[in-house]
Amino acid sequence: MSLTYHLQIVNLLAALLLLISFAMLSQRRITGLITLFAWQGAALAASTALVGWSTDQHHLYYSAALTLALKVIAMPWFFYRLVKKLDMDREVEPMINIPTTMLIGIVLVIFAFNLALPISELSGTVTRSTLGIALACVLLAFLMMITRSKAIPQVIGFLAMENGLFFAATSATYGMPLVVELGVALDVLIGVFVLGIFFFQIRETFDSLDLKHMEKLKER
Amino acid sequence: MSAGILLQLAQTLLAILLAPLLMGWVNQCRAWLQGRSAPPITQPYRTLRKLFHKDAVIAHTASPLFRFAPYMIFACMALAAGIVPTVVNDLPFSPAADVIALVGIFALARVFLALAAMDIGTSFGTLGARREMLVSFLAEPALLMVFFTASLISQSTELPIIVQTLAHKEFVIYPSLAFAAVAFWMISVAENARIPVDNPTTHLELTMIHEAMILEYSARHLALIEWAVALKLFTYSVLGIALFLPWGIAAQGDIAALPLALVVMIAKLLLGGAALAFLETISAKVRLFRAPEFLGTAFLLAVLGMLIHFLLEV
Amino acid sequence: MEIYWLLGIPLTGGIFLALWGCRKHAPEINALFSLATLLAAALLTHRIIEQGPMMVGAGWFFIDSFNVFLVALTAFVAFTTALFSRPYMRIEEEHGKLNAQRLRLYHSSYQIFIGAMLLALTTNNMGILWVSMEAATLATVLLVSLYRTPASLEAAWKYFILCGVGIALALFGTILLYFAAEKILGSGGTALLWTHLNGVKTQLEPTVLSLAFVFLLVGYGTKVGLAPLHSWLPDAHAEGPTPVSAVLSGLLLNVALYAVMRSKVLVDGALGSEMAGNLMMGFGLFSVVLAAFLIKRQTDVKRMFAYSSIEHMGLITFAFGMGGAVANFAALLHMTMHSLTKSAIFFAVGHATQKAGTQLMSSIRGLIQTNPTLGWGLMLGTIAILGVPPFGVFASEFLIITTAMHEHPWATPLLLLALGVAFASIFGKVQPMVFGETELPKLPYQPALTPVFLHLGLVLMLGLFIPPYLAAWYKQAAHLLGG
Repeated sequence: MSLTYHLQIVNLLAALLLLISFAMLSQRRITGLITLFAWQGAALAASTALVGWSTDQHHLYYSAALTLALKVIAMPWFFYRLVKKLDMDREVEPMINIPTTMLIGIVLVIFAFNLALPISELSGTVTRSTLGIALACVLLAFLMMITRSKAIPQVIGFLAMENGLFFAATSATYGMPLVVELGVALDVLIGVFVLGIFFFQIRETFDSLDLKHMEKLKER
Repeated sequence: MSAGILLQLAQTLLAILLAPLLMGWVNQCRAWLQGRSAPPITQPYRTLRKLFHKDAVIAHTASPLFRFAPYMIFACMALAAGIVPTVVNDLPFSPAADVIALVGIFALARVFLALAAMDIGTSFGTLGARREMLVSFLAEPALLMVFFTASLISQSTELPIIVQTLAHKEFVIYPSLAFAAVAFWMISVAENARIPVDNPTTHLELTMIHEAMILEYSARHLALIEWAVALKLFTYSVLGIALFLPWGIAAQGDIAALPLALVVMIAKLLLGGAALAFLETISAKVRLFRAPEFLGTAFLLAVLGMLIHFLLEV
Repeated sequence: MEIYWLLGIPLTGGIFLALWGCRKHAPEINALFSLATLLAAALLTHRIIEQGPMMVGAGWFFIDSFNVFLVALTAFVAFTTALFSRPYMRIEEEHGKLNAQRLRLYHSSYQIFIGAMLLALTTNNMGILWVSMEAATLATVLLVSLYRTPASLEAAWKYFILCGVGIALALFGTILLYFAAEKILGSGGTALLWTHLNGVKTQLEPTVLSLAFVFLLVGYGTKVGLAPLHSWLPDAHAEGPTPVSAVLSGLLLNVALYAVMRSKVLVDGALGSEMAGNLMMGFGLFSVVLAAFLIKRQTDVKRMFAYSSIEHMGLITFAFGMGGAVANFAALLHMTMHSLTKSAIFFAVGHATQKAGTQLMSSIRGLIQTNPTLGWGLMLGTIAILGVPPFGVFASEFLIITTAMHEHPWATPLLLLALGVAFASIFGKVQPMVFGETELPKLPYQPALTPVFLHLGLVLMLGLFIPPYLAAWYKQAAHLLGG
């Protein structure tokens, strides 16, 4: 089986995406996390543009441009500024230690690959084999969200999950209809703004962005 | 047949003789990068000659194992060097071990080294042995995973077949091999006691992993062990080249391609040595209890490479 | 035509109030915009009743009897809540809990929230449905944290993260739906239109659709408040301002369930098996039982009624899961009744807690003495939500339970037990609140209790007599849902 060169590069970019997801799991510093998120967005934009070029689907160029503008430039810049303004502690504090997180990550990857197999077979796109990787990225981002106790890593996990979903859409169906993608992008953008405002509120009240302060509302 | 055996002997001898030179080259590059002048490239040979001329001083509490271990270690490394295709592929000794057995040969050498370190009963020896076991306990499965990825692509665990398949396939970008290559790099750094896992030039016993095990050795025993260490680095380098950059290795019985293969090998080793020196210069040694994390990452990358092979390349 | 008014008015209101929402008359303007929305909704409803289901705007919007009644309900409750929030928020401002800036945020987010919900209800595109659900969540996150107390921030964060994860799962479900649809309908915008999907639902790939439904149920189900994904709900209701609790409970949960139901219709057609219904029954039953038993431990009045919301939404989900004409009819009726009653209760509770200055039930006593109207309002609302006849909730609960006895007898004891436990707990806690001894003086101001009695009156009326056109309407909607 010999794929054309651009599709080989798409596969390579998909593998890179998975690698970046793992790197985010093992990252100790918040600024490093933001940089990795920017790289993930870049790999995503590149692979979308490449798929668009090799399959002549022009709307994918717009999606790639949108991804580039939002996730490589706007959002990382916003987060860098936030980190600086909030003057927060630069360490990510994972709740389970990093080697264990990585092991759980591998199990999730195997699970995701298995889950994606029947769907990939039904797909008609040339990039269908990367659906498993997309699902794995989603699950890894989810793992990151639930094992972090600080606000910004949780949010980056959420955005990385959205990246994974976007990649899943591209690999299974050559992307959703453009209007839906625009809507999703708008929602994500507004969500990040809302979060920014929210972080300031949290900081004002708690003087830190450690979410351990916010565990008081439990079942009594 | 006899040509094959001659080639085999020649290759093994070449490996044994070139290994200290590789060590010297790495030290030379490091010195250049650190802005100081280095001893000449042939310095390791001089060290070995000096050591061979000395009298061995052995502790009272040493057992016969202590004396026997250096020879065993050297023999294992020499065998490994003979098996891995350096300039020619598929030599007569190759059936002696496939990749899995190769890992076993390395393990054998390591076991003897650790036992010898604990033999005398000093605390530093035991310290070194325990640390070495911690590192290799994680490095071995990772190395096996790397080999599995390569053998899955070439459908065999025999080194000659792997090398032949990878060298002669059309140029396809294998993401799984990319992951495996990074993992292999990390593992070889750990196994060969280089920065960032271990500092080969440290004098502080409490920071040593490998050096602590050979503190008690002197003279010819130390010479053999130092030679074996250089040989191990050489073998790992050549193994990496054979798995990930195999173009240029002469096929079996292809005498005409030998000179080219030799030149290509030397060029690759020079580049590899320089790259190693560069990476050593820009990194710092990680704390000991971060070493499992380092190797865990290597294991992870290797497993990922294997999984990606199943997903994308089957 | 009315649809553009329906969606445009809240949106304009949101922008207008974002600029001028800190002025003195902002609450009145808010109520006016809501009234205008209600009028547009009434006109739209009238048109649908006359002409039947229709697609508007080149297929972008689709109104049939299922969503038009939800549209009417949403606009109505939004209007009455705006009326209620007028004096309520003024008093909160006087008490110093809010300032003009935050009120501006409140008013404009309120309108945007209503607009997003109406868009979710009327759109034909499953992707836009997702987008507007997410927009509605985002509009309310900052509302939950309006008081800026540590507890409210925590509640808002939990709300954001849990619902965010849920909505991401729902996005994956939508992607899978698009994936299955694209094969039949071709790529491009039409593949996500519900009307088109409904037409070809038997041809859609079963494996993909069943997987898609699981994700859609779990994702949108988080927003409905189905257990075990409900933990954001009590916090958000308890810590947010009362009008926000009223619209969350009364409206957002309904809209999320609407999204689930639209998907269920497609999946039922594709699968031909009862998987979707069984899943919904399971989640619904689990929610009812869990919520009922957790009510007993509550000390905060708003949290208690939030758990009551979880219980009722679980009941509605269970009923939709059972399927069939009667169960669907009962579920639709219950949706209406629950919206009206729960918002009425929150109005009454809001005033009671505002007066007492606390939300702890042990500190609120003798409402009937300090303000008889408030006391009676709360009492009547409570017995209405507990399913006492002749209020409408009794009728729908009765229908659900009898259908369950008929088709799934194993579930009936659980349901009855849960409803009974909830009844005892809630009644036992509300009774001292209303009839207990207290030394507090009467309320200095007149609380806005018209909405309370308006809602309760409607519920009572519908309990006694459902007008024929309304009954026909429900029956039509029930049939659409697979009755």
